[in-house]
Amino acid sequence: MIGAEITLAHYLSVAGLLFVFGVFGIFLNRKNVITILMSIELILLSVSINLVAFSAFNGDLTGQIFSLFILTVAAAEAAIGLAILVVYFRNRGSISVDDINVMKG
Amino acid sequence: MLSGIFFYLFAAITLLAGLMVVSSRNPVHSVLFLILAFFNAAGLFVLLHAEFLAMLLVVVYVGAVAVLFLFVVMMLDINFVELREGFQRYRPLGLLIAGVLLVELFVTFFSLTGSDATMPVVSDVHNTLALGRVIYTDYIYLFQLAGLILLVAMIGAITLTLRKRDGVKRQHIGSQNIQSRADTVRLAKVRSGEGAEESSS
Repeated sequence: MIGAEITLAHYLSVAGLLFVFGVFGIFLNRKNVITILMSIELILLSVSINLVAFSAFNGDLTGQIFSLFILTVAAAEAAIGLAILVVYFRNRGSISVDDINVMKG
Repeated sequence: MLSGIFFYLFAAITLLAGLMVVSSRNPVHSVLFLILAFFNAAGLFVLLHAEFLAMLLVVVYVGAVAVLFLFVVMMLDINFVELREGFQRYRPLGLLIAGVLLVELFVTFFSLTGSDATMPVVSDVHNTLALGRVIYTDYIYLFQLAGLILLVAMIGAITLTLRKRDGVKRQHIGSQNIQSRADTVRLAKVRSGEGAEESSS
């Protein structure tokens, strides 16, 4: 598999490994909301790499357009998530995931 | 051949940085490794001839999102040692799920056939121009919608984090504007030598 020629498979392997690292990070840092948000960013980055790789190897720009929209949504998600985090910390003095159970029915 | 060497360099640094993001002890280091991962992913995009997205990744992600993370991590006074509890406890579960996911991904991946295609040379038009030709014609509504999403996110973030505190002197433009002249201005005839009378209402 390791050769001089870089194929689509190489890029997909990188993206798949990055996705697995992101999912692993969510499970590893169960208490830390900031690290969970960063793991989600990693997952979105891996999806972006996938889309751009398919776009480049198929000669179709649609994948890059989709990647652009993923970037937009990820930026919005990070802004809202961190705003919620700041407000939560201001009210409770902690960001531990275990404490986030006020809305439990 | 040279692009192959650069691919392995960028891919290795991206993956190592991604692993360090999730396993680093200090969240500030996590954010810095996230920035490193974004930079090297931008390098991968350049190798894929997606120069515009590479620049966008550097400007938007490194310049805005990662700095936002860094800002929040440094602003919140959090006891990170307390948050690390359960790190050892959750590791087997995380490794199990990550392993299962990895095996699934690679089984799917190696059952693919015909994925050995090399990159075609797309066109003589550079990437930004080609993207612009598509995004302002075929995807114009989605593009406007993306702008709307960003607007909503901006207003939402401001509304969430804005707070009113007591004891802060600030200008109230609304209450200034609804004042009428009759409430605040009184004309008085002042004779010379007597001075103005006390204002009484």
